[in-house]
Amino acid sequence: MKILVAVKRVIDANVKARVKADGSGVETANVKMAMNPFCEIAVEEAVRLKEKGAASEIIVVSAGPATSQETLRTALALGADRAIHIEEASDLEPLAVAKLLKAIVEKEQPQLVLLGKQSIDGDNNQTGQMLAGLLGWPQGTFLSKVAIEDGKATVVREIDGGLETLKLDLPAVITTDLRLNEPRFASLPNIMKAKQKKLDKLSVADLGVDIVPRVKTLKVEPPAARQAGVKVASVQELVNKLRNEAKVI
Amino acid sequence: MSVLVIAEHGKGKLAASTLNTLAAAEKIGGDIHLLVAGKDVSAVTEAAKQVPAVAKVLVLDDAALEHATAEALSPVVVELAKNYGHVLASSTTFGKNLAPRVAALLDVQMISDIQAVVSADTFQRPIYAGNAIATVQSTDAVKVITVRSTGFDAVTAEGGSAAVETISASINAKGVEFVAQELTVSERPELTSARVIISGGRGMQNGENFKMLEALADKLGAAVGASRAAVDAGFVPNDYQVGQTGKIVAPELYIAVGISGAIQHLAGMKDSKVIVAINKDEEAPIFSVADYGLVGDLFKVIPELSSELDKLS
Repeated sequence: MKILVAVKRVIDANVKARVKADGSGVETANVKMAMNPFCEIAVEEAVRLKEKGAASEIIVVSAGPATSQETLRTALALGADRAIHIEEASDLEPLAVAKLLKAIVEKEQPQLVLLGKQSIDGDNNQTGQMLAGLLGWPQGTFLSKVAIEDGKATVVREIDGGLETLKLDLPAVITTDLRLNEPRFASLPNIMKAKQKKLDKLSVADLGVDIVPRVKTLKVEPPAARQAGVKVASVQELVNKLRNEAKVI
Repeated sequence: MSVLVIAEHGKGKLAASTLNTLAAAEKIGGDIHLLVAGKDVSAVTEAAKQVPAVAKVLVLDDAALEHATAEALSPVVVELAKNYGHVLASSTTFGKNLAPRVAALLDVQMISDIQAVVSADTFQRPIYAGNAIATVQSTDAVKVITVRSTGFDAVTAEGGSAAVETISASINAKGVEFVAQELTVSERPELTSARVIISGGRGMQNGENFKMLEALADKLGAAVGASRAAVDAGFVPNDYQVGQTGKIVAPELYIAVGISGAIQHLAGMKDSKVIVAINKDEEAPIFSVADYGLVGDLFKVIPELSSELDKLS
């Protein structure tokens, strides 16, 4: 079984995003970038499925600027077999990415597509569900467990009230939540080996997909800052303030 | 144009978040129609038609919709959406699972997690874990949107009498088989609708110590939450998680116990009305958003707080 994993390059999760002074977006120049944490979990899960014998090949794909290739190399170092880079310098909306991924799915015919549930830049949480919709495939979103058996994927979803288990016919699209696994670190030999692995480059035009944005970003601003309050010296003072000043208990 | 809101429900009750989503629909303007889809939904329909904000309840009662999978439900919403300018769902795991699939089938770029309505086509939404707020304008004919509950005060639930229209559809739920649902059973209020929340972090040290918070929560009628660190450490289940990737909450009182205040956690609770932080590290970032900070050992503070609360009652 072939697995396709989609990954995105984002501002490193440990860096605090700063809004540009002109309000046009968030500063990304000279900011440390990394693979989106949820995508890392998706790559790790694909590698584990291959190690268990449930998958034969892992193809990793990313749509974005030339620097996305570094993220693809990271995925190759973690255990993906080959990579596809859809080079596009402009910002891509989730719908456009889903359409690009659909075109790759039609070419590569994977039985399973793995994505992170959301990227930590746009926080949209859309691409996986959109891809599943466009392909007419079942979807397993926000997963904390995946098992492949007899042509079906048994998945455990993290839902608001607890957990939900579904059995999906393959092919299917699944998206990862935080507790699915703990991604490994790439070893130096694997990083070296990854440089030799195949990385194909495609353009949006090669795939014939319309990526014209549908949503205009009018402005981006910092959130209203919350003022720090006071330190209280004792529990009695705290209870007194909550009761008589804030009137919440 | 009218606005279609997808109701979320369970155990015969309308989810509290649907009332917040209806409030966002009111801000957009136009007649509001509420879709109640599922199996045996008569009790929910009864509740839905009493919501004064709703002009019409569309009822689709079908056994194939028992588990409300996105695969089964999305074609129904897509078909209905042609008559509406907006389709809204709550930013819950139900809404997040369904709405993007609907949007893709409509060839629409969805707008996730709005926290304010600027106009019928322009909305505000948080990005980068709430470290930036984007104002975005949709150019699509139908706007598919999920609504962050904390951005909108719930509409009144009673006093109305909406029209009810029964609809039917051929449901295709192929490809997905429901196996099981394990819901956390709790007598306490739900995190997303609780008036008071007490959350514990890594400082709680283990799951057993959360019982202290639970006892305190019961005195305050509060829900119990947790930081991602506490969830990752296995102290409590993931559905306790408050933060960027967990639940977004805005109670009247939020008490953070042994939580340092990573940006991912602040993203989930900083809109709370009053924030209390209890932490032994006086440099902890949580104090920078807290209205009342108490520097101290939580294992001394919590029992003391508990007995002080007893004195009040």
